[in-house]
Amino acid sequence: MDKVKVTKSMLARLVHNVGSLTKKGPSGWMVIIGIIIVSALVIMTAIGPWVTPYNPSESNVGPIRAPPSLEYPMGTNHLGQDMLSRTLVGGSIMLQVSALSVLVCFLIGVPLGLFSSYTGGYLDSSVSLVIDAVYAFPGLVIAIAVAAVLGPGVVNMALSIAVVYIPSYFRIVRSQVLSIKELTYTEAARAAGAKWYTIITRYIFPNVIPSIVVVATVNFADAVLTAAGLTFIGLGVTYDIPDWSWDLTNGWKYLSSRAWWIISFPGLMIILLALGFTLIGEGMSELLNPKLQR
Amino acid sequence: MGLRTYIVTRILLTIPTLLLLLTTVFLIMRVLPGDPVALHFEKKATPEQMEQMRHLLGLDKPLWEQYIDYLWGLVDVGYFLAHGYPNLGKSMQVTSEDVGGQIFSAFPATLELAIYSMILASVIGILLGVVASKSYNSVLDHLIRGSGTVAYAVPVFFLGIVLQLIFGVYLHWLPTGLRINPSVEPPATITGLYTIDSLLEGNIIKLFESFKALALPSLTLGIVLSGIFIRLTRMNMLETLRFDFVAAARARGLKEGTVTYGYALRNAFLPILTMMGLQFAMLLGGAILTETTFSWPGLGRYIVTRINFRDYTAIQGAVVMFGLFVALVSLAVDILYAYFDPRIRL
Amino acid sequence: MIKLPLLDIDSLAVDYQTGTGTVRAIYDVSFRLEKGETLGLAGESGSGKSTLGLSIMRLVPYPGVITNGIIRIDETNIMKLPEHEMRSIRGKKVGYIFQDPMTSLNPVKKIGAHFVELIRTHEPIVSEKEALERAKTILKNLGILPERINDYPHQFSGGMRQRIMIGLAIALNPSLVIADEPTTALDVIVQERILDLLESLRKIYGMALILISHDLSIILERCDRIIVMYAGQMAEYTTGAELHRAPKHPYTEGLLQSIPNIELSDQKLSAIPGSPPNMLNPPEGCRFWPRCPYVMEICRLKVPPLIAAEPNHLVRCFLYGEKGARIE
Repeated sequence: MDKVKVTKSMLARLVHNVGSLTKKGPSGWMVIIGIIIVSALVIMTAIGPWVTPYNPSESNVGPIRAPPSLEYPMGTNHLGQDMLSRTLVGGSIMLQVSALSVLVCFLIGVPLGLFSSYTGGYLDSSVSLVIDAVYAFPGLVIAIAVAAVLGPGVVNMALSIAVVYIPSYFRIVRSQVLSIKELTYTEAARAAGAKWYTIITRYIFPNVIPSIVVVATVNFADAVLTAAGLTFIGLGVTYDIPDWSWDLTNGWKYLSSRAWWIISFPGLMIILLALGFTLIGEGMSELLNPKLQR
Repeated sequence: MGLRTYIVTRILLTIPTLLLLLTTVFLIMRVLPGDPVALHFEKKATPEQMEQMRHLLGLDKPLWEQYIDYLWGLVDVGYFLAHGYPNLGKSMQVTSEDVGGQIFSAFPATLELAIYSMILASVIGILLGVVASKSYNSVLDHLIRGSGTVAYAVPVFFLGIVLQLIFGVYLHWLPTGLRINPSVEPPATITGLYTIDSLLEGNIIKLFESFKALALPSLTLGIVLSGIFIRLTRMNMLETLRFDFVAAARARGLKEGTVTYGYALRNAFLPILTMMGLQFAMLLGGAILTETTFSWPGLGRYIVTRINFRDYTAIQGAVVMFGLFVALVSLAVDILYAYFDPRIRL
Repeated sequence: MIKLPLLDIDSLAVDYQTGTGTVRAIYDVSFRLEKGETLGLAGESGSGKSTLGLSIMRLVPYPGVITNGIIRIDETNIMKLPEHEMRSIRGKKVGYIFQDPMTSLNPVKKIGAHFVELIRTHEPIVSEKEALERAKTILKNLGILPERINDYPHQFSGGMRQRIMIGLAIALNPSLVIADEPTTALDVIVQERILDLLESLRKIYGMALILISHDLSIILERCDRIIVMYAGQMAEYTTGAELHRAPKHPYTEGLLQSIPNIELSDQKLSAIPGSPPNMLNPPEGCRFWPRCPYVMEICRLKVPPLIAAEPNHLVRCFLYGEKGARIE
């Protein structure tokens, strides 16, 4: 019973926090709209398998490359599969891949950043140098290089993308740590004999969290787009699971048949997903760093 | 310090960065799990054949020796002078061909695409950004900001496909896989950029046709990239417009246009320039996808086809080439920055 | 012949329409400035003095709006003037000196170029060479080596940059110069020099000066007449001598008392209790009442009108009755 109460109060606080966003002007609205879009897409993908009118993977449920109609509101593709069904469930792989890559990035980038910048000295300088080199490199090229070597698959895709974005986390954590490290209250804690891990976890980390959240959302958006790019090149998942990028790629191959519906709907979904995360990220970044206060 | 000293120092600093880059690429390609040769043949070759390829590519040597060979290949001036390109090994797919040669012939196409895309992106982005900043908080401002955000969320190949669909249907501007209309001879190679070479040749038709071929791909990449420029310009302009020297300029009765461009933008421009340099990295990623979409015969399409052939030396060589390009561009940007802002040379 | 004033401001009101509410930055401000006269605008930050200076040039920044009042420069009502005519007044008829010399010059422009641009905008006939020569002369009068005409702003110290700013403000021989805290960002010795320079140039060219500062001692020293601003309203308006001898508004009294006097060895420094009001939500009635040692019932309810307690001495305070007598 206690747990139910705790959850309820947490939810209530969450709703209150989100609600308070409406009062914070256009930036707050950006975050809200972003959250709505992302949640809608996640829910759609989650319940998708139960609401699809046809089996998304089943071929020939309808005529090949049929334009949108009442029967098939989003038309059918070159295998006669129903596009609506495929669009409803097509976000699954992209969401998995991006979520996994963000998680990996976070788990590697943040501790690395915290530790390296707090320690300072040669270790920090050398790690930073390596990280900066990776950061300056075109993301997709790195992802391609890694994916080419690792091969296809959800986990491999996630890892390839993760490599690209670890530097972002590292850098933002590092810049924050460097400024907090010199603040008086950290010095005071050190003088009082606090161990380094205490200082990092209790003093530094909580202050770094807001920036990390912003980076994570932008990271998510980029991961979605990079995953789409990888699939387009042929380094994505190759077995026939309904996937927006996969449909987009196939639709392109048959472009000459003028079947615009095969590419439009999956494409729009990808845009929405990336847009949703971008809105959250941009909105939050504006809220946290109000530059234009009058 | 003067500009010259700065340039020299900066160039010297590039060398360790490059070394780091090359090492990282090497490590990624060699140290990650998976045997490149086995993956290349996809189990369709005999162990002897695989051993032969390994030997040909030097993969049977110890790792550090491979590393030395790899670095040496890049600085081997003799090879460079003999072939016109650096030694990046041989292609796995067609083992008689040098990866270096293939890359150097594909590169100018990507360079040309990158240049025009960047021009489009910055012109669109900066202009819209300035307009948005001047009409702060108005409907126009929100509209421009919105477009910028959406532009960035669009997968670049999706935009390319959509443009192909529209213009392919109405203008039959479908990609031909060439940089110029097949009925026209490409211009004589001086810079490798068709547009410049046509101009140098004085041939208007070739110039026109080169631009026509470039139009859709650079528009695609340009639009997606402009999103960042819109946002950055707007933000920097808004900050700069609040500076005293802008108000002081107005207080002296200078025209609003002079104030906007001569005072505000000129000072807001520097971070934009840096971003242009950083964006080159993004641009290359987008170029890969754009080239694939439009069958543009550049380094991007090269790398994609090599992936399909599982040609690992080629992929490695291409990645190195990208890295070199990024390093050089960032060097150029830093030098330009120092030229524009006298303060940074100190 | 009635002498027409150079500057005539009548019932000026300026609001800032921010997202969180409207700030009445200036309310019911009226005064006149004669040719060659110096006027001091004294007050704390947020009193509206800077906004007043900018309003005269119609350069109030977004989200500020002039909501009421008429400003006349040399008989011309500038309120309805089209922008291009306003621009010909700025820099030519009225010059403005900004507070922070470190940020008021274009960092990427040589200082010579600043002058040339200014001169050629207002006098397009002048050639670049001629403009450059004029710039060099001005620099000489400012005490700066004319060879430095090709230097950039960051190569000068704060004091020198402020001289350049002054030079730009007076370059075209304006009738009026508005100096907004011209010395606040400079150290004390440089302050004196800058103010002296301003004074000598002013006398040579016969310009009127509006000196804006939170430092009452500077204003008392150098201004013919003084307006004390508080929370966007005129608290007191009289000559400098009169203000020093017999201040009428409690706020002015407080300000004078808080100026340290080097000759009084055991002077107790007093400060006015409390702090300036939140301009989004100013107090009802007289805006000074929460800090006023003489506060009365009426002060909390109504805004006191600006009355002439004596000829040439206006004050906004209920302590002064119809005839100007002070109520105790």
